[in-house]
Amino acid sequence: MIRFEDVSVTYDGADRPTVRGVDFEVPEGELVLLVGESGVGKSTVLGAVGGLVPHFTGGTLRGRVTVAGRDTRTHKPRELADVVGTVGQDPLSHFVTDTVEDELAYGMESLGLAPDVMRRRVEETLDLLGLAGLRGRSIATLSGGQQQRVAIGSVLTPHPKVLVLDEPTSALDPAAAEEVLAVLQRLVHDLGTTVLMAEHRLERVVQYADRVVLLPAPGAAPLLGTPADVMAVSPVCPPVVDLGRLAGWSPLPLTVRDARRRAADLRERLDGREPVPTEAVPATPPPLPVPRQASRWRLRRQAVPEPGAEPAPVAEVRSLSVRRDGIQALLHVDLSLAPGETIALMGRNGAGKSTLLGSLVGLVEPSGGSVRVSGAVPHRTPPRELVRRVGLVPQEPRDLLYADTVAAECAAADQDAQAAPGTCRALVSELLPGVTDDTHPRDLSEGQRLALALAVVLAARPPLLLLDEPTRGLDYGAKARLVALLRELAAEGHAIVLATHDVELAAELAHRVVLLAEGEVIADGPTAEVVVSSPSFAPQVTKILAPQRWLTATQVREALA
Amino acid sequence: MRETTVHAGAWWLWALALGTAATRTTNPLLLGLLLAVSGYVVVTCRSATPTARSYTAFLKLALAVLVIRLVFAVVLGSPIPGTHVLVSLPEVPLPDWAQGIRLGGRVTAEAVVFALYDGLKLATLLICVGAANALAAPTRLLKSLPGALYETGVAVVVALTFAPHLIADARRLRAARRLRGRPDRGVRGLLQVGLPVLEGALERSVALAAAMDARGYGRTAEVAPAVRRTTAALTLGGLLGVCAGTYGLLTAEGGTYGLPVLLAGLAAALAGLWLGGRRSPRTRYRPDAWNPRSCAVAGSGAVVAALLVLAAARDPEALHPGVVPLVAPALPLWPAAAVLLGLLPALTAPTRPARKEPS
Repeated sequence: MIRFEDVSVTYDGADRPTVRGVDFEVPEGELVLLVGESGVGKSTVLGAVGGLVPHFTGGTLRGRVTVAGRDTRTHKPRELADVVGTVGQDPLSHFVTDTVEDELAYGMESLGLAPDVMRRRVEETLDLLGLAGLRGRSIATLSGGQQQRVAIGSVLTPHPKVLVLDEPTSALDPAAAEEVLAVLQRLVHDLGTTVLMAEHRLERVVQYADRVVLLPAPGAAPLLGTPADVMAVSPVCPPVVDLGRLAGWSPLPLTVRDARRRAADLRERLDGREPVPTEAVPATPPPLPVPRQASRWRLRRQAVPEPGAEPAPVAEVRSLSVRRDGIQALLHVDLSLAPGETIALMGRNGAGKSTLLGSLVGLVEPSGGSVRVSGAVPHRTPPRELVRRVGLVPQEPRDLLYADTVAAECAAADQDAQAAPGTCRALVSELLPGVTDDTHPRDLSEGQRLALALAVVLAARPPLLLLDEPTRGLDYGAKARLVALLRELAAEGHAIVLATHDVELAAELAHRVVLLAEGEVIADGPTAEVVVSSPSFAPQVTKILAPQRWLTATQVREALA
Repeated sequence: MRETTVHAGAWWLWALALGTAATRTTNPLLLGLLLAVSGYVVVTCRSATPTARSYTAFLKLALAVLVIRLVFAVVLGSPIPGTHVLVSLPEVPLPDWAQGIRLGGRVTAEAVVFALYDGLKLATLLICVGAANALAAPTRLLKSLPGALYETGVAVVVALTFAPHLIADARRLRAARRLRGRPDRGVRGLLQVGLPVLEGALERSVALAAAMDARGYGRTAEVAPAVRRTTAALTLGGLLGVCAGTYGLLTAEGGTYGLPVLLAGLAAALAGLWLGGRRSPRTRYRPDAWNPRSCAVAGSGAVVAALLVLAAARDPEALHPGVVPLVAPALPLWPAAAVLLGLLPALTAPTRPARKEPS
């Protein structure tokens, strides 16, 4: 169905090809997963299928790509629209119309299908994707999972033979990701659609793949094989595979179910051992910069820690309620953050995670209750004072970066934070070795940009650090570096709050997990206790080794060592 | 449900006809009646789309227009001669070359009332456009464009959906300034996020263009060269004819040939558009249909406009209550009854079942 014949792509201005020697074939009705670290050219390979590379992006494509017998060299993307459906990383930039039903019909209108055919297919697709209840809704009001399903539906209606998806579940919470994957399963099984997709969250998708194409390094020829074979050598792999490699299982199990059936002996070996506790190290908070002109009355009320006593909380949230646009975003939330503690804030899209982070940095004004960060009320503290108490890395790290070069960004950050010149640059060199002063922040990869934004925030040395969805778009390597870095910061006494959907990240890092649902805290306790009891938030290793309480493959590795 | 809805064009005709009616009168009672009629229809017939909520924005805009008109009348004075002095503002003496302009001075009741009537007329017109917007989103109207103009229509739709994105981006980036420890309020804050916002918009446009291309936007059908040439000739000739005809109508000596040339030009241009539509293989999904209800809606608006134009010609005093001398406006019976005909859509057009809003 899709055939790559010795394809290499060189973008204009690049001195070497982004991908080289791509030579494989995807037979009809298979689900093929494209894996590899960030920047190895996954999106380029996907774009080449729909003809967007090179017709739209520019550059030179050598070799030949054929889809359903059509050569992309002679067919423009619009002429392939009836055989290839492409959904990019951000569904919102994919929508042309404003309601669900019109969006589903748009592609068919462009192809000139007869009105009665369109009508029938829209109804069929609404049912297939479970969107019937949303047909008249404005797309902007849908949740992330619903938007992703509409995006998939909108390319499905012309009945393409091939579906190309770039990171369809990265931005979704576990339940919404299941929704989308269930739909893909159904398409492959019932309709015989050929699916080619790239995804970083392998733990979610690898078990559905018929075959895996691994791009081992930029410009290196891809490896093709069954999931188990490729995972055995892949530099990126989900925790279940990591555990399988650790235990020496062969063939490698890809699903939790397979692994559980093999894990009896491992459970026996681990019996009696306990995971190294991930209790927060009681640490002294980094010295709080003395606020110079903050209102004095607030300072007086600040609790002064007595020597030898429990360290004062870095932040205290009491009975916080937030109402925004007529929606109760948060309701009676209590939270206390000690220095050196890492907390994972989890819950569905729209459960109030970002609102809680927003109220900790003063972006959101509480409508009830109180928030104190190092003694200050965030939304009444001038930003200049606040940055030295609390720092937030937003979901889109790029929002924090304004300057043209890394050096200029660092200089601005030092000035904003009133830190000694060079503070931020030193942090950048530590986090991102090898990034030169004149690099444009836009040319950095997702992970590098996140590190730069983190350095900018850390220049002010805030005792409380907040991260919103830090692992979105990060590959396993970048994630491992982030985990190491955050651990170090926690050990130095920073309190860290992560709002995340990534259960594996929470398992690796968090001392405590706080679950939010509809703006209320529904669970707050040590990570092991909270995630073990939840089916959707339990990490894979926990599911495999239950009832023992292991969270990560690293813990198991340490225990066995 | 969708079959029984009213064609978007019908709603726009209805609302614009009400607006036309509003321009024929300055009688505050009639204008108030027009406002009530359009407001009632909007409340009963509007759909649950986001544009439906823009009605309140139009109401606020209309109020602002009214207030500005009054402030101008008070501060800059008015040519209306009046005897009832309400208040005397200190007058700013202006040099000779600014003769005819006055700052401050006497404020008469007559001038204020005149400004009020005038402002109310404009406000009513605005609110009628707002009603059209709330009853049928402009995007729905664009769907009814002829095939040849389709691509322009999509460009407009995309531009319309981009504005809200731009505002959301600007808000997010201003919030991010606070995270950097810079003040997030004030004009400077807005200016500094300008460039990143535009950058983001540009990137999104490129992504959208790619998505549209991949979904078949801009596919063309093969047309015979003869048809292509005829299309070009018809369109160009038609537009030239329209220009010449308009010129003829507006000049004194062209009274004879003006109208026929204009009509012929229009016909040729429309034929060109229709032929041009054959190049695009597009079809339409569930187009709005002109059903009897649509006719009733458009017709009721047209009748209101026609009757008020007639009334304005027959009985101008009733529709333009006197300001000098100041008299209380009376409600002219027949024009008022004509305005009430505008309520017809509320009786015939089905109300859409209230959709459950996302919580």
